[in-house]
Amino acid sequence: MNGETINTSRSSEDKIIEINSLHKWFGDLHVLNDINLTVYRGERIVICGPSGSGKSTLIRCINRLEEHQKGKILVDGIELTGNLKNIEKIREEVGMVFQHFNLFPHLTILENLALGPIWVRKVPKKEAEETAMYYLEKVHIAEQAKKHPGQLSGGQQQRVAIARSLCMKPKIMLFDEPTSALDPEMVKEVLDVMINLAEEGMTMIVVSHEMGFAKSVAHRVLFMDFGQIVEENTPQAFFDHPQLDRTKLFLSQILH
Amino acid sequence: MTKSGKNHIQTEGLKAPVIRIGAVQWIKSNLFNGVFNSILTLVTLFFLYKIIPPFARWAFIDSLWFSSAEQCRAGAGACWSIIPANIRFIIFGFYPHELHWRPFVAMIMLVGLLFYSKNRDHWSQSLGYIWIAGLLTMGILMRGGLFGLTPVESDQWGGLPLTLMLSFFGMFAAYPLGVLLALGRRSKMPAVKTICILYIELIRGVPLISLLFMSAVLFPLFFPEGLTVNKIIRAQAAIIMFTAAYIAEVVRGGLQAITRGQYEAAESLGLNYVQKMRLIILPQALKIVIPPTVGILISAFKDTSLVVIIALYDVLKTTRSVLANPSWMGFSPEAYLFVALIYFVCCFSMSNYSRRLEKELHT
Ligand SMILES: Nc1ncnc2c1ncn2[C@@H]1O[C@H](COP(=O)(O)OP(=O)(O)O)[C@@H](O)[C@H]1O
Ligand SMILES: [Mg+2]
Repeated sequence: MNGETINTSRSSEDKIIEINSLHKWFGDLHVLNDINLTVYRGERIVICGPSGSGKSTLIRCINRLEEHQKGKILVDGIELTGNLKNIEKIREEVGMVFQHFNLFPHLTILENLALGPIWVRKVPKKEAEETAMYYLEKVHIAEQAKKHPGQLSGGQQQRVAIARSLCMKPKIMLFDEPTSALDPEMVKEVLDVMINLAEEGMTMIVVSHEMGFAKSVAHRVLFMDFGQIVEENTPQAFFDHPQLDRTKLFLSQILH
Repeated sequence: MTKSGKNHIQTEGLKAPVIRIGAVQWIKSNLFNGVFNSILTLVTLFFLYKIIPPFARWAFIDSLWFSSAEQCRAGAGACWSIIPANIRFIIFGFYPHELHWRPFVAMIMLVGLLFYSKNRDHWSQSLGYIWIAGLLTMGILMRGGLFGLTPVESDQWGGLPLTLMLSFFGMFAAYPLGVLLALGRRSKMPAVKTICILYIELIRGVPLISLLFMSAVLFPLFFPEGLTVNKIIRAQAAIIMFTAAYIAEVVRGGLQAITRGQYEAAESLGLNYVQKMRLIILPQALKIVIPPTVGILISAFKDTSLVVIIALYDVLKTTRSVLANPSWMGFSPEAYLFVALIYFVCCFSMSNYSRRLEKELHT
């Protein structure tokens, strides 16, 4: 998969996310400053950058967990505005995996997975549970289906969280530092699941500092600083020959 | 965060040692460990010795259970006879004497339904229908006028059925209303939020008694001339409104304990507001606040006795009426102990049940 490049002569139908001059403020803090980003179907993007640079905010804008104040976001042809129906429609198509898993502690693993399909996609319960078991098997955790999230390790919980998103059959998956809350020995099991997903052609935007992961699955790496995308390149070029001084500084900090 | 199961396996054969101690050892280490505790134990024992034997003598040994008031006056002990002699008035108030079986059956039905519903395995849609049918039947039994039952006007209702009715509907209507108010108070819509805050703060700012009075005065203003809203419904409304405001604040506390991540996870699955609240947020929030909620429900139950001030005959008032009868005057300790027992049984079952529910819902 390395070195694979995205065909540059794409039609506009291949664009699944279009972000045009996006701005966002938290009070006086200009968190996102003129972001422009186009993501194509099947494309995998890794975003890195120092803490507080706006990475989470950017991907949270894509499914409207954060509201932007200026600019335009189109997801799968639908523009994100205050329209609740559109927001819910987009959220059905966009899966999100959080740093702290955010599983529902009062439900079993199986119920966590089947909930979305049953209530949002109106899938019959039995079918939803079969799908849930299918994805649990895919993340190698089917034997835990009847347990509650609190009984699982961090790595297991994160894999469940990924499976929960996949049950909705999303077109896009967003990951916000999916491995940074994990003990080191559990990072690999989660990354392996994500690599599998990448191999199946899922469109993914991943906020992560895992260089190995970026190198093996990403088409592009974006580097953010102070609310802007300041550098963008293929993973090889990005990690081996960073252009800007602040990128070099950042990489030296995460790689030692 | 729990580690994967492997580490536990080696230690599975071992158990924590059980420490056995004898009675003497127990007394020594729990009652007489240190000078202060020893003194405290002795003082307590002394008071118990002073109180328990005379009380037991009064309540059980010298007491009379089925006698006339005159015999009681001659005796030295408790006159429990006041209870059996007046039980029907205490329990049913002014409900027509020959029709007492109707409120009696209604109460049995209510208690039976509550008992049946205790078991969470029985919770289903059909249980909802059973409740609706049950409540309708109880209403018909109380009111009459259908199926050849003699009509009994609600101003003749009283005693325990009235207390149970006011508190049952008080709790079961106040709880959902309180939850809605709590959600409203956290709403992003300014109008909804303001109304809920105003409601909650206004109601919590006045005592229940004044609400009862106000409902007697205000309700007729809202209704067309000639249509009188009966006193029980007015009292019921006041109790519901009052309890709901307190429930709302407790539930709000529970909602605040749910992390933002739970909301975000629910939203990112595409759940709408109602689904998110119903499936994810409320089940967790309401569970956390079971203990304070039950506290409020228990005090609401006891507060129903305040309806006497608008001249309703709840079970406490019927008891006091018996004591106003010259022949039974002076036996108030016995009568009040009896009513206290009724209240205690109800409140204790509630708090017991809440503890059980909490344990069952523990995940
Ligand atoms: N809900 C919020 N309210 C106010 N400020 C916020 C909020 N969320 C994030 N911020 C601020 O916005 C900036 C960008 O945050 P974030 O997108 O989380 O950065 P990153 O994920 O790159 O570490 C930070 O300075 C952070 O403190
Ligand atoms: Mg972040």
